[in-house]
Amino acid sequence: MTTPLLEVKNLKKYFPIQKGFLRKHVGDVKAVENVSFNLNPGETLGLVGESGCGKSTTGRAILRLVEATAGEVRYNGIDVLNARQNELRRLRREMQIIFQDPYSSLNPRMTIGEAVGEALREHGLYKGKELKDRIIEVIEICGLADYHVNRYPHEFSGGQRQRIGIARALALNPSFIVADEPVSALDVSIQAQIINLMMDLQEKLKLSYLFISHDLSVVKHISDRVGVMYLGDIVELASKNDLYDNPLHPYTKALLSAIPVPDPKMKRNIIILKGDIPSPANPPSGCKFHTRCPIAQDICKEEAPEFKEYQKGHFAACHLIGK
Amino acid sequence: MESKVMIEDSQQQNIPKEQSIGPWKMVWIKFKKKKIALVGVFILVILVLSSVFAPFLTPYGQEEMNFTNINAAPSREHLLGTDNLGRDYLTRLLYGGRISLMVGVISAFISVTLGSTIGGIAGFFGGRIDNVLMRFAEIVMSFPFLPLAITISAVVGADVEPETKMYIVMMIIGGLSWPGLSRIVRGQILSLKEQEFVLAAKALGIPNYKIILKHLIPNTIGYIIVSAALGMAGAIMSESALSFLGLGVVPPTPTWGNMVQNARNLHVLRTRPWLWIPPGIAILAAVMSINLIGDGLRDAIDPKSNN
Repeated sequence: MTTPLLEVKNLKKYFPIQKGFLRKHVGDVKAVENVSFNLNPGETLGLVGESGCGKSTTGRAILRLVEATAGEVRYNGIDVLNARQNELRRLRREMQIIFQDPYSSLNPRMTIGEAVGEALREHGLYKGKELKDRIIEVIEICGLADYHVNRYPHEFSGGQRQRIGIARALALNPSFIVADEPVSALDVSIQAQIINLMMDLQEKLKLSYLFISHDLSVVKHISDRVGVMYLGDIVELASKNDLYDNPLHPYTKALLSAIPVPDPKMKRNIIILKGDIPSPANPPSGCKFHTRCPIAQDICKEEAPEFKEYQKGHFAACHLIGK
Repeated sequence: MESKVMIEDSQQQNIPKEQSIGPWKMVWIKFKKKKIALVGVFILVILVLSSVFAPFLTPYGQEEMNFTNINAAPSREHLLGTDNLGRDYLTRLLYGGRISLMVGVISAFISVTLGSTIGGIAGFFGGRIDNVLMRFAEIVMSFPFLPLAITISAVVGADVEPETKMYIVMMIIGGLSWPGLSRIVRGQILSLKEQEFVLAAKALGIPNYKIILKHLIPNTIGYIIVSAALGMAGAIMSESALSFLGLGVVPPTPTWGNMVQNARNLHVLRTRPWLWIPPGIAILAAVMSINLIGDGLRDAIDPKSNN
């Protein structure tokens, strides 16, 4: 087995709830609780789940855009969460992020050239003519043209803006990119272009992606392995084919049954979950999914299930698998 | 692959290549299109040049008195007449511009620098830093301007040369007028820093001070320019108020402010309009031109305004 590029162990992120004048600490929103996974070089790991289940927070905590509460993140063996300032600066070159909203993710007062070149200048990687050449090289890889460098973001369409966001992330030549719902805000036709661009780039530049999305079919297309999150936990993690063909966790089964099929005559058994996703400030006891699980039993209310390997490379957390 | 080629083609059709101009050149091109802002530049340049080159424009000295010819009406020798000490009024107006414009520019600069820095830091870091800085701003804001200015001026500027006193006045005005801007900037930055481009900059390893200076402040520049233009006008007026109380720039050094103040009695107002109309017009012209330039600049800097 290859050594993983990124190891995440028991990552936790609690957002404190403070009340009153004295800012008394009255509780936590448990956005991410016990997330663990590995990412191999050149691999794409999809992360899916409902809104508010902690997908984006996981991605941001790995990059230290929010400070994790506990846990361990290792990138090439380097402890990311405890890295000092100058160590973190070096890590920034390796780990980048692409955002969901192509509108708010670009500074409206910076030209494309400035946005893409800013980090290169900051890290002192290129100067003068080389800097210009590098900026043009990067935006051309991303499907834009050299004469775009002096334009402002509002002169571009959503898809082009997303390309700029990708170019900005790629400028430093990273090897790991968190893609935080990079296509959710785009038209379906543009989605395909961006996904294909990302896959081309992965091949060319040997990138690894953590691909966060709520769109199961997009995730299936781009990922090698997929993790399913529910209320801050990964409930199932498996290779793409295992997960989509043979889901073990009842939540995954419900999610997969809801993927639309382009055939109106086909009969489908959609598993409809009862109720809403519970509040992450006050998650249910035991298995967090038991309040909505169609097959829940008494044990689920009391004991949190262990995240175990049921088949080779296929992990899940449920008491009732195989029973 | 085919679809990709098509897209690039259509882009090339829409956007001709020669439009690729650097950002600062673009600002200048847009600014040139604003005729009214150019009028502002023209007026301001005339005011600045005429006060800088005052010694070449008038044969009299600024403090040269002629007691045989006091309170004269405008004539060939004295285009704007003379004041109650027989000093040529045009000369005083030209020299007065030096101090008034300088007080305006420097006080506004101090106020804008303080206001945007403090507001920027408070908004970006939030929490305790924000609390401390904003309470401080409120304290400064809650003191009435004149009593505080009088106290500071009396304590600091008791026996100093007029030159030094002028700089003290600038600092007092600038140092007391920043809280308004700092609150506006803070509010803007509070909402801007939640945008993803700030997070992206952080992920790229851009240090905080550069995020504030290059990502956040430029997005509040519209407010800052308006505030600077208004601040400059306010500073010219505040200086005259302080001068009137003998705490600003003291006579015999002329400023537009104290010239207007000296003419403030009913008899002068009625019978010698040449003593108050010209400095009044000068103040108006300076304030107006600065506002026009500020407006034009704000639109020219905004990349989204295209006309």
